[in-house]
Amino acid sequence: MPVMHIKNFSFTYAGVEHPSLKNITLPIEKNKVTALIGPSGCGKSTLLRSMNRIHDLYPGNKYEGEIELLDFETNERKNILEIKKENEFIKLRQQVGMIFQKPTPFPMSIFDNVAYGLKIAGIKNKTELEDRVEQALIGSALWKEVHDRLNASAMGLSGGQQQRLCIARAVAVKPEVLLFDEPTSALDPISTGAIEELIVELKKDVSIAIVTHNMQQASRISDYTAFMYLGDLIEYDKTENIFLNPKEKKTEDYITGRFG
Amino acid sequence: MEKLFQKISLASASIVFVILVGIFLTLLSSSKAAIEEFGLDFLTNSAWNKEVPLNPVNETVQANAAKIFEDVELNTQDDTTDDEDMIADEDDEDDMILADEDESEEGSSSATKTVYGGLVPIVGTILTTIIALTFALPIAMGIAVFLAEIAPKNISYVVGIAIELLAAIPSIIFGMWGLYYFAPIVADIVGGYQVSLLTAGLVLGVMILPFMAAITRDSMNTTPNVLKESAYALGATKFEVIKDIIFPYSKVGIIGSIILALGRALGETMAVAFLIGSIFVLPDAINSPTISIPVAMANNFGEASGLGESALFYLALILFIISFGVISLAKFYFLKKAK
Repeated sequence: MPVMHIKNFSFTYAGVEHPSLKNITLPIEKNKVTALIGPSGCGKSTLLRSMNRIHDLYPGNKYEGEIELLDFETNERKNILEIKKENEFIKLRQQVGMIFQKPTPFPMSIFDNVAYGLKIAGIKNKTELEDRVEQALIGSALWKEVHDRLNASAMGLSGGQQQRLCIARAVAVKPEVLLFDEPTSALDPISTGAIEELIVELKKDVSIAIVTHNMQQASRISDYTAFMYLGDLIEYDKTENIFLNPKEKKTEDYITGRFG
Repeated sequence: MEKLFQKISLASASIVFVILVGIFLTLLSSSKAAIEEFGLDFLTNSAWNKEVPLNPVNETVQANAAKIFEDVELNTQDDTTDDEDMIADEDDEDDMILADEDESEEGSSSATKTVYGGLVPIVGTILTTIIALTFALPIAMGIAVFLAEIAPKNISYVVGIAIELLAAIPSIIFGMWGLYYFAPIVADIVGGYQVSLLTAGLVLGVMILPFMAAITRDSMNTTPNVLKESAYALGATKFEVIKDIIFPYSKVGIIGSIILALGRALGETMAVAFLIGSIFVLPDAINSPTISIPVAMANNFGEASGLGESALFYLALILFIISFGVISLAKFYFLKKAK
């Protein structure tokens, strides 16, 4: 039972004639990691950014098709492309969190960074905030490194720590789905390893979609893989099938490094 | 070639310091006579170009000060009907000596000396600047937020150009507009005189508004999109993103814009000269006329000589120190705190 289901989805950027995504159908399975791979410009980030409708910050983009999201509270499926009101957007983004390519700590303390999503969600109780922040930091393997300097500025952390802080910040609001947009491409191998471990750890609680350029990374951490090329979804299957027995010629060419 | 280039750029940079120190030393040496004569009392004395009886025994200084204050009060009432005449009187030292003969009848001694005190222009400068800032700061922030975050691109572009044009208007035009058009409106609403602390402060506020708005908008625009997106991705509203992400991120730029605006407000001469009333009287209300340091200098340099000229230099030195002090305070205190 997928937590998110993308159906016949097409996306056109503002001021562009041709759609950047054409007729994509793809499930995001519950408590699994789904990797989106493909060469640059294939639309994998565009697809990911449609899934919490962050595209809507810039006006004029066109959606077609459906993206269904399972609401854990009501157990109902809802087409997120129909959302228009601001409070529905806020709810969507609390259900579907996002981690970006570059670490984006806010210009405030470590504690306030993690507590930010909780505060704007209306949690004011100080002990609850402290508990949730601690849980999130433990959950993102950062607690040991920062527990004695929670009030220091988040800008003083290293790149890898900042990225884990962003993960903690997203995890703190307890989303259903987490979207990772190339989360390790700005990090060194050790930090990358830490983040990968963390992603595998996190799938116990959330469903994960990750865009990556790194095929080894996709094969290491994902359960399902989708290969995209020029706005089309070429192939979607279990990761081992994609990497060991691809059905499409293009997938095989990409995976064996013949193009891309 | 490399070395030559380094030398040239070093020379250009050191010119700044040479000029800065040079100006300071000029002001200091020219105001030396006034500093020796009045010392720090200059800062607290509200009399300007007043003849007071010379008092060798120095026992009635307090009484003199009180009397000067009364004179000033008396003058205020005359001035309001006809302040241009009054300025002419004050500047003309011969007139003052003649007038003083009446005063000396009740005084203990017939010898007099001229006293200059800087309190009125100093207070006038500081108050107009404070009024201008309190008026301009919230509006400038509103404009900047609108341009950077809320307005659609084409509107933001048009309004942005309008703001930059507003910044390009020469100050004398602001002065004339203020005197003929703006001041009557303010006087109608608030009451009091058309030329006053309030009108001068408000027009000054209009003048510094575009600087603050433009610089604040530019520094808000430097907030990385991905930082805003990550706040939106956590479920933040536009208002929360502006308040929690954009303002903290562009704090340094905003403080910089305030510093620049402060510098301009403190030193602005022409527009204020039109509007402040140019009388050496402490304002007793926000809508009464007074004078500021640059206006005092501009109005009185032509006729000043001797001690009067030196006193004007003393005022200039004080303005220099105020501007320098305010700006370095802002730089070292607020910018450090912002980090």
